[in-house]
Amino acid sequence: MKLIFEKSIPGRGQDIFPKCDVPVKMPNVKAKEIKARLPEISENEMGRHYTALAKRAHGVNDGFYPLGSCTMKHNPRINEKMANLPGFAKLHPLQPEHTVQGANELITELEQFLCEITGMDAVTFQPAAGAHGEFAGLLLIKAYHHDRGEAERNEILVPDAAHGTNPASATMAGYKSITIKSNENGTVDIEDLKAHLGPKTAGLMLTNPNTVGLFDPNIMEITRLVHEAGGLCYYDGANLNAVIGIVRPADIGFDVIHMNLHKTFSTPHGGGGPGSGPCGCKDFLMPFLPGLTCKDGKEYKRAEKSIGNLTGFYGNFLVNVKAYTYLLTIGKDVASLAQNAVLNANYMQEKLKDIYPIAFDTTCMHEFVIGLDPIYRKTHVSALDVAKALLDYGIHPPTIYFPLIVHEALMIEPTETETRETLDEAIEAFREIYDRIFNSPESVQQAPQTTPVLRLDDTRAAREPHLRYTFD
Amino acid sequence: MIDPKELKYSRDDEWVRYEGDAVYIGITDYAQSELGDLVFVNLPEVDDEVIAGEALGDVESVKAVADVISPVSGVVLEVNEELLDDASLINNDPYGSWFVKVGNVSETVELLTADEYDEYRG
Amino acid sequence: MGTFIPNTREEQLKMLKEIGYKDFDDLFKIIPDEAKVKGELNLPEGLNEIEVDRKVQGLANKNVVFRSIFRGAGAYNHYVPSAVDAIAGKEEFLTAYTPYQAEISQGILQSIFEYQTMIAEITGMDIANASLYDGASAAAEACWMCKDRKHSTIYVSGALDWRILEVIKTYSFGRESKVVVIPDKDGVTDADALRKALADDPEASCFLMQYPNFYGIVEDVDELCKATHEADAKFIMYCHPLALGALRSPGEVGADIAVGEGQPLGLGLEFGGPYLGFLSTKEENMRTIPGRLIGETVDTKGDRGFVLTIQAREQHIRREKASSNVCSNEAWCALRAGIYLSTIGPKGFEEVATLCSSKAHYMADELGKIGMNLVYGGEFWNEFVTTCPDAEKLNAALEERGILGGLPICDGNILWCCTELNSKEDIDEVIAAAKEVF
Repeated sequence: MKLIFEKSIPGRGQDIFPKCDVPVKMPNVKAKEIKARLPEISENEMGRHYTALAKRAHGVNDGFYPLGSCTMKHNPRINEKMANLPGFAKLHPLQPEHTVQGANELITELEQFLCEITGMDAVTFQPAAGAHGEFAGLLLIKAYHHDRGEAERNEILVPDAAHGTNPASATMAGYKSITIKSNENGTVDIEDLKAHLGPKTAGLMLTNPNTVGLFDPNIMEITRLVHEAGGLCYYDGANLNAVIGIVRPADIGFDVIHMNLHKTFSTPHGGGGPGSGPCGCKDFLMPFLPGLTCKDGKEYKRAEKSIGNLTGFYGNFLVNVKAYTYLLTIGKDVASLAQNAVLNANYMQEKLKDIYPIAFDTTCMHEFVIGLDPIYRKTHVSALDVAKALLDYGIHPPTIYFPLIVHEALMIEPTETETRETLDEAIEAFREIYDRIFNSPESVQQAPQTTPVLRLDDTRAAREPHLRYTFD
Repeated sequence: MIDPKELKYSRDDEWVRYEGDAVYIGITDYAQSELGDLVFVNLPEVDDEVIAGEALGDVESVKAVADVISPVSGVVLEVNEELLDDASLINNDPYGSWFVKVGNVSETVELLTADEYDEYRG
Repeated sequence: MGTFIPNTREEQLKMLKEIGYKDFDDLFKIIPDEAKVKGELNLPEGLNEIEVDRKVQGLANKNVVFRSIFRGAGAYNHYVPSAVDAIAGKEEFLTAYTPYQAEISQGILQSIFEYQTMIAEITGMDIANASLYDGASAAAEACWMCKDRKHSTIYVSGALDWRILEVIKTYSFGRESKVVVIPDKDGVTDADALRKALADDPEASCFLMQYPNFYGIVEDVDELCKATHEADAKFIMYCHPLALGALRSPGEVGADIAVGEGQPLGLGLEFGGPYLGFLSTKEENMRTIPGRLIGETVDTKGDRGFVLTIQAREQHIRREKASSNVCSNEAWCALRAGIYLSTIGPKGFEEVATLCSSKAHYMADELGKIGMNLVYGGEFWNEFVTTCPDAEKLNAALEERGILGGLPICDGNILWCCTELNSKEDIDEVIAAAKEVF
């Protein structure tokens, strides 16, 4: 398919701007010599271009999307409608307080909802995404230790199954990440944890349920041990959908949390973002919160020892409107989300485990991991091949090659908004692919065949980077 | 590929070639085949110190990155700039693609002969 | 109660039984009892769609939407062409995740590749990334790109928006870099102070300035760029993207990195977000770029296609050594920016820059006539600072008329902003109101 620049014809275009009704006057500075080569295209041609692109994309709205750890649940339309209301979408962030009382009220109420769900005492909406929330949470931990005169605490413990954002966020916060091993059950190795706790421990970052979809049975002991060593416990909320309404992170010993509103709280991910990654904390960390917080629903104030700001204004406000709308709909029945998410995952796991090796074969939470390694060794059909084969069934593949502790991993998260029929169709596709692995492995290795492009050469893209269109 | 007899090998899959007082360091055929198509290398700068057992740089494939562990302690005399432009040289000729030349060698990790290394990775 | 769970309770129970569980309690016995919530959460009853609609509309209606806006300071009231909302609203774009599986995500990937090209074009740089959270966080990431083993001190202009400075400082608290503010003099960076500071600091890594700056002034970028490069530091320009339709691009000036707030490119005011951080640079800095990059390649038939590339920089591979922790970005906002720039084209890009500048100059002249004079002498584009006898009183009077006046800043002065949406009539209305008040 052509790029929009290749459809551009000089002199074409669209009429948007009015004639200037005041004398034309430009700043008297050195003149611009090089002009930007933007497309010159009619509205009709441009519309068709993007419609063609839309047809070459796949959203939750197009079909099953069991992308592990990404919680690709249905994105309700009412959320979009509410976020687009002029009363929100047309507010200038620096309008006087008394003209944005509805917005402040919404954020205050959303904060109360999220506090109730997580057990935390306050939530900041400054972070624009999950990783940004991690960074915020770690800075709270850092500010806390510094405030207590314990700046020497410079180590963050991160399990080996953690998302890559955890160690990367730790580095950004100036911390050294210490990797904690998983045990044979796929959860935290308590002995290894004990061995690494000490006077340099600033905290532990934990995803629970973890990235293999297991709830850590020793969670209470883990958080107790970290606290005893003087560290704080950070809850990576990426997998909150598994336990929402059933477990509150603050109740099980966590001090700080980030949530991904674009996962658990149904806001759409937009092909990569915007997300929203509010960060919650217990009361003793509130003096360090970033941004201006609005506790009384009326006026924004800065916390006394605030770590500063993470975004220019108040984070991704309209995304927060969507999450608020969602929570109004679900209300106190939030546990039903976790229940059906966990049921759907276990249903798929149970119906596949006779043929596919499950990494940790026990009751899973909202997702489970297939470790294809034994099959790969026999057949040379890899997790990547299986993922690509699923494309021909109209199914978005699971997350692959993650977590790193499972070889040839396929991480499957169906979410609660899928019907039994959808799960059955996916199970059927997985089983058919399994037969093909043994009967015609090359057909799997050459998949996909029905997509707009066939397998793409990642190596070439990285060795000879072309990151932009080259004009003639 | 047969591992050249004249080289020494570390258990972290680097090779070492002695030349006078200096050593050339690269990664083994086993290492490059495990990593797959390499797309980029990060090398130290001339005059940097390297420490035996610690990373002197890293190699990137499309989906992974691996540290290159220095088998010796010393000072970097030269880096192979060619690899910065074309990391595929390492895949095509691992024993011809040295990463760095190190001088003032003080310490060395335990090194294996070609036969010992073959057995270790066999 | 509303729900988006399709399976009925009976179906759920049937599925549970089929896989060997009595009920949900049985399924959740993997969680230790002591970890579970006791009793019910204190949340309201769920609502159906009409109830939700009514409640949220009620909140929206409590806010004031101004019909005429003269305030900028980081958020700009530009026209969003109809095509932007219509096209970006397609659910294939809206409901997709990050394009990890390239074959099924060519639409997303190509749209971002086109966006990267457009950002590189308007900033005059070689390459751009796939977006960052917002302008301020992009500025903080740009500063980090310049850090190496020997250079870590970040220098910024005192004429930089304090909100951007705040974010840079917050990031630096984490990354443990020193941030030094070069004072401003008569509304612009004191170039001599910059030269001196850089000369005295062998660890200087970069200097970041805003273009036009917080006070709306177009600074002498050549001088600042030269001073920075003389000290072997990197020159970062934080730009208003639409100003680049009138002003020389960072590439023409010789900057190392261009960043900025992409909100004016087809995004609304949105009470501050989601916005769009853009970042572009020279090719030599490719491997230190934070965030996603989309690259061109071919498929097994040799057809062109697009993939996420140079991923070994990123957190999911390099983990604690990653160039940044960015994972989710603002792809959908980047899509909007791409549609916006395609809609206005090169002609519109110049027109909108001309309109903003002309309106601002007209307004400054008219305000001057009633004694509200320009505070600074420098050249400006869309924003400018004037004196005001009583900013609070004036803004209150404007508010009564449905007008959001300029932003009161230090010393009782006002930072005004004009865009193509402010007609001559709108401007005259402000002048008339001011005449009435004073």
